[in-house]
Amino acid sequence: MARLANVAGGDVDTFPKILLRNARDLGERTAMREKDYGIWQSWTWAGVLEETRAFSLGLRQLGLTAGDKVAIVGANRPHLYWSMVAAQALGAIPVPVYADSVAEEMSYVLSHAEVRFAIVEDQEQVDKLLSMEDLTSLKHIVYDEPRGLRDYDHTHLSHFPAVQDMGRAVLAKDAGAAAAWENGFAAQKGSDIAVMLYTSGTTGRPKGVMLSFDNLVISARNGNEFDRLDETEEVLAYLPMAWIGDHVFSLAQAYTAGYCVNCPESLETVDLDRLEIAPTYFFAPPRVFESMLTRILVRMEDASRLKKKMFDFFMDVARRSGEKILNGENVPFTDRLLYSLGEIMVYGPLKNRIGFTRLKVGYTAGEAIGPEIFRFYRSLGLNLKQLYGQTEASVYITLQPDGEIYGDTVGKPAPQVELKIADNGEVLYRSPGVFVAYYKNEEATRATKTEDGWVLTGDAGFIADNGHLKIIDRAKDVGKLNDGALFAPKYIENKLKFFPNIKEAVAFGNGQDFATVFINIDLTSVGSWAERNNVNYASYQELAANPDVYAMIQDHVDQVNRDLAGEPMMAGSQIRRFLILHKELDADDGELTRTQKVRRSFIADRYAPLIEALYDGSTSRHVRTEVTFEDGRTGIIEGTVEIRDLTPHAPRHQLQEAAE
Amino acid sequence: MNAVTAAKVVPAQPVAAPEPEREVLLKVDNVSLSFGGVKAITNISFDIRKGEIRAIIGPNGAGKTSMLNVINGFYHPQQGTITWRGEVRRKMRPYEAASQGIARTFQNVALFKGMTTLDNIMSGRTLKMHRNFFWQVLHYGPARDEEIAHRRKVEDIIDFLEIQAIRKTPVGKLPYGLQKRVELGRALAMEPELLLLDEPMAGMNLEEKEDMSRFIIDVNQEFGTTIALIEHDMGVVMDLSDRVVVLDYGKKIADGAPAEVQASQEVIDAYLGVSH
Repeated sequence: MARLANVAGGDVDTFPKILLRNARDLGERTAMREKDYGIWQSWTWAGVLEETRAFSLGLRQLGLTAGDKVAIVGANRPHLYWSMVAAQALGAIPVPVYADSVAEEMSYVLSHAEVRFAIVEDQEQVDKLLSMEDLTSLKHIVYDEPRGLRDYDHTHLSHFPAVQDMGRAVLAKDAGAAAAWENGFAAQKGSDIAVMLYTSGTTGRPKGVMLSFDNLVISARNGNEFDRLDETEEVLAYLPMAWIGDHVFSLAQAYTAGYCVNCPESLETVDLDRLEIAPTYFFAPPRVFESMLTRILVRMEDASRLKKKMFDFFMDVARRSGEKILNGENVPFTDRLLYSLGEIMVYGPLKNRIGFTRLKVGYTAGEAIGPEIFRFYRSLGLNLKQLYGQTEASVYITLQPDGEIYGDTVGKPAPQVELKIADNGEVLYRSPGVFVAYYKNEEATRATKTEDGWVLTGDAGFIADNGHLKIIDRAKDVGKLNDGALFAPKYIENKLKFFPNIKEAVAFGNGQDFATVFINIDLTSVGSWAERNNVNYASYQELAANPDVYAMIQDHVDQVNRDLAGEPMMAGSQIRRFLILHKELDADDGELTRTQKVRRSFIADRYAPLIEALYDGSTSRHVRTEVTFEDGRTGIIEGTVEIRDLTPHAPRHQLQEAAE
Repeated sequence: MNAVTAAKVVPAQPVAAPEPEREVLLKVDNVSLSFGGVKAITNISFDIRKGEIRAIIGPNGAGKTSMLNVINGFYHPQQGTITWRGEVRRKMRPYEAASQGIARTFQNVALFKGMTTLDNIMSGRTLKMHRNFFWQVLHYGPARDEEIAHRRKVEDIIDFLEIQAIRKTPVGKLPYGLQKRVELGRALAMEPELLLLDEPMAGMNLEEKEDMSRFIIDVNQEFGTTIALIEHDMGVVMDLSDRVVVLDYGKKIADGAPAEVQASQEVIDAYLGVSH
């Protein structure tokens, strides 16, 4: 712990300076690993310093100077991480970009950033950059993987080790070169721009978020302190380098805490590599945890009867008391005993299988995670938590503190973060991590960041009684019912979609008297129910109209209403009427985006008669809908859709219950 | 146009006509092969030059696979000679051909199904292992050092073929496309001078074919390996190969650059069929 204080403090306020300090204080500790040729190759902090210095000096030989932008394109590789600090040491600004983005989009970002240098992973990226005719600012490309590039003209193209050799030649010739290099960045300040990250931006062109060293270093130190992370942590760097999360977890926090970053062999081997590394600090979007759980459950289905019984029994125990034990609450002695036995028999081996044996803290963010999934991992004794963050905030806005985990909130403000809610429900924050500005976009900066440093998140939410922030929807989607009650469609839809039987839901209610929903049943899940209960059906439409299915969905909707009733802000927007759509929403019909997000206004237009029926009191409506098949032909689906009513529950004001 | 693109030179793609100075690696002269009364190959002559990708095509039963079998010493022609690296070859067994730098893959995958990808590719190194059985069983000293060196080479190939994720998977469990890739890996493990590929893309979908084409080009360019391949997908053949030889009913009916061969009336007739 004494060492941690040392590592966290001082006037070392930029990454090149922190690298010097780590090489001095933690020199022999492993800083980075990469699995290559089937073996984990590793570098100590001293080694990373040597490699970075050589590359940095090589870049200088190639003509990189202060203020230049350097594109970083590729998967998580040590060379690319070193490139960022190597560029920073010369006063240049790294611009990591998404390696899988199409040439046109990448071209826009790189031209906008006016990059002069690019450090890329392989031939694919080199070809992509070479194809960008209008990228006039680019002077030189450095690549990491030489395969296929041998016959290219190398006038403006270099192999990574070749650049390092140039740097090493400088060091060999001039004994003072290392010191001169260090002096070069000694004068850099925390307020200098450290990195530019382009936000993917759901609307309009991507924006270049400029973050200073202070933004990143202070946020990272706060994050380390919050979860007591020190130089003994192991993380797996597998998420895109252009994403703020990876930048903070795999670079900022790794440098400030001095922990080890592990780069997987390839994207396909991440699961295996995680098992071998057993990270102590791990981040993943909800879908990763979801697919992991599905794989576990599928495998258990194939296990022998004894093993399956054992798994079911101990998972029951875990569900009952695992989370309570993790939160340090009181649990009956017998359960505690059974839980310890389960740890030996089931939980331990299971955690080992998924590489979580040493996990100290795990985070998930980005989207809402299903409460069942979240609870599954927590009941195994894994400290999985949620956070809420943004590129503009250097990740951290709110975090769930240990022992204060509520499935439906994103936690309390992170250290040094101030939070407030605007009149329209939009969440605003102010923190040391708040970005400097958008690059070459005054207008957007002014629209997002106020004079006194508050940033508008674009998300609507409220602070619950226990001080935790609850995000309900995008601010622009939040509306009001006629009686003034808040109506947050996505919040309601997400609650519904957590039921496996419900695939998609579309809520309506803005400017109406009450809230209503369209529902799509999940054909896999409901289909398997039908098979088990001998219900015959020939099509989605027939199954969707089945009275038993309706009854089942009605139960789910009622359950959601009961949840909503427990939340003071939401109790007014309980669902009064619903229907199950006669066809599946489909991207081919324009009802979903290609990324499977609901296009609410399009659906409202297309199914206007159904919405009318939801609000005029009728109990059924006959509809004809044109559909587009996969081969481009069109056809008509028609049928009668039943509408059901629900009685709302009386509001309750207990947050605890809502979380259950 | 930016500074980099201005200076860019398009990497050498397979050229239409090979430079004449390329040395001949393997020469087949008037070779005939028959099984009893069945004439599989009649009086065929062609050559394979160093560093090229040479395709052998033809309708079913044209004698393509027999030709490969003759080249790697599995069949012995009744007539004609085969010149390998300037020397007329005597009758040899397949493993002798292998030790002289000829490796091949098979039309139907011939891997050890129960063994892992790693072990399968490692088996391609057998001929390069010099320690005797005794040392290898002990797995000590020089034998272990040797194995480590071979493993390193195998890992290079695994990296090259991008099959790290299946390193420890028994190949029997792998989809067909990947098995083909493992088989290519095993052939590469021999560090061959001439690589014979018997229908490397049979039964693959478009994406797998594209991947495999990429690997074949990369093997040719990165390692300088000469490749002779049999393939039915004409698009692939025309894109990949430097020169094509066409067989029909055991006879050679055309030989030349892909475009030339494509235009030949005899080839068109052989594929589409004509009334005799």
